[in-house]
Amino acid sequence: MNNISRISLLAAALLTLVAAAHADGDYRAQALSMMKQDFVTKGQASADRISEDGLQAICNRTGNKPPPEIAHRLEADQLAGVKLPADGKLLGDWKSGEQIAQSGRGFTWTDAPGLPVGGNCYNCHQIAPKETSFGTVGPSLFQFGKLRGNTAEMQKYVYSKIYNAKSFNLCSAMPRFGHIGALTEKQIKDLVGLLMDPESPVNK
Amino acid sequence: MKYRIAMAAILALTMQAASAQDKPAAAVPAGQKDATTLEFEKFRTQMEQEGNPAELFELQGEEFWKAKRGPKNVALTASCDLGLGVGVVKGAYVQMPRYFADAGKVMDAERRIVWCMVEKQGYKFDDLARRPFAGDNYTPEQTSLVTYVAAQSANMKFAVPLKDPHVREVYEIGKEVVAYRAGPYDFSCNTCHGADGKRIRMQNLPNLGTPQGALSAVLGWPGYRMTGSVMLTHQWRMSDCFRQQRFPQPKYASDTITALLTYMTANANGHMYKGLGIKR
Repeated sequence: MNNISRISLLAAALLTLVAAAHADGDYRAQALSMMKQDFVTKGQASADRISEDGLQAICNRTGNKPPPEIAHRLEADQLAGVKLPADGKLLGDWKSGEQIAQSGRGFTWTDAPGLPVGGNCYNCHQIAPKETSFGTVGPSLFQFGKLRGNTAEMQKYVYSKIYNAKSFNLCSAMPRFGHIGALTEKQIKDLVGLLMDPESPVNK
Repeated sequence: MKYRIAMAAILALTMQAASAQDKPAAAVPAGQKDATTLEFEKFRTQMEQEGNPAELFELQGEEFWKAKRGPKNVALTASCDLGLGVGVVKGAYVQMPRYFADAGKVMDAERRIVWCMVEKQGYKFDDLARRPFAGDNYTPEQTSLVTYVAAQSANMKFAVPLKDPHVREVYEIGKEVVAYRAGPYDFSCNTCHGADGKRIRMQNLPNLGTPQGALSAVLGWPGYRMTGSVMLTHQWRMSDCFRQQRFPQPKYASDTITALLTYMTANANGHMYKGLGIKR
């Protein structure tokens, strides 16, 4: 999809939502202008991070429940931006993937700027059974490959989900790790390995 | 290792302050995080019984509150109204944030104390805001003051005056701040704190929209944090949440922080404030 049609799609979606706006909008507008005043750049966390992008704006204005038709169209738009590896190989090194999954470093004002950053995976998901300190914001991924099957199609889904979680659930709580340039192609492949490789402890 | 050092540091402090008789619970082997949590809970209970190091800061804060200080050489106890009358500290903490007509703003306890230091004692806001939170061997005076004021509300019920339309408006704005997603990771406060029963790693995440969740988020502040041996306020906690949210830094004593504290504290209205906390 080209840029112009993306923007017009977004504009149409926003217009639909404006029509549905209610009294909360006043407080939201006040909150927004207040926050724009109240945040300052520190380290790599620049003040402009307080501005919402188009997708965030839609999720913010709908309580993370956009009308299904809009959600599906915008999810497709997000999916269209997923860059799959040119070599077509998606299954990376699960051992490296485990390390990436462990690390929560990156993007805060106390983190060193630049890459690589961690995947933050265990913060929210159960993954390999050896790690008992895992979060529950997201679903358990234990035995992911074993349950779903290590097929080319499933590998592509996992890669795309990590690259841009909003491709499948527009207002998902999960960050868009590839879309924002946080995780590299190799890192995402290694995470696919962690979840899908039959040799990974996730699938033992 | 850090945990052991912090425990040793606190033990030393406590021996001075309250001549502790019993040793703290032995350090647990690395990797057993559930066990560590249990040990910490036990240790915290013991510290609360024998003397929370936070009380040292409370004493310091009381001195600051009562002494004539600042360029104008004025005592806060003779000039600062925390909402219940000039100099009244008992019960003031659990009834803030509230609206202060003299400032034309809703303010939380720390912001109000800073306002008094500036307006009544003549301190410069920029000086107070330069290093507003405790760090290595440093505790801002306003932190000790907040600690003193908060301690005088121990075992009293939260009663943020939500019937005041000024406060209600800020509460509603705070509710929007909590839901606002932005930044590189698309996080809002609610991404982690908007549902029951969630965890980051082993850390339980209170649901700020519920009375019980809000209560567990406001209890224990201000608190003495063993990691780093520092006395920290609820303002600090809000700032560090935004750091982890990958947001830019909120300005010290800003409207946004007051709005958040108004939302959270008012959601805990009617529940008991237990006093100064001990944090890991």
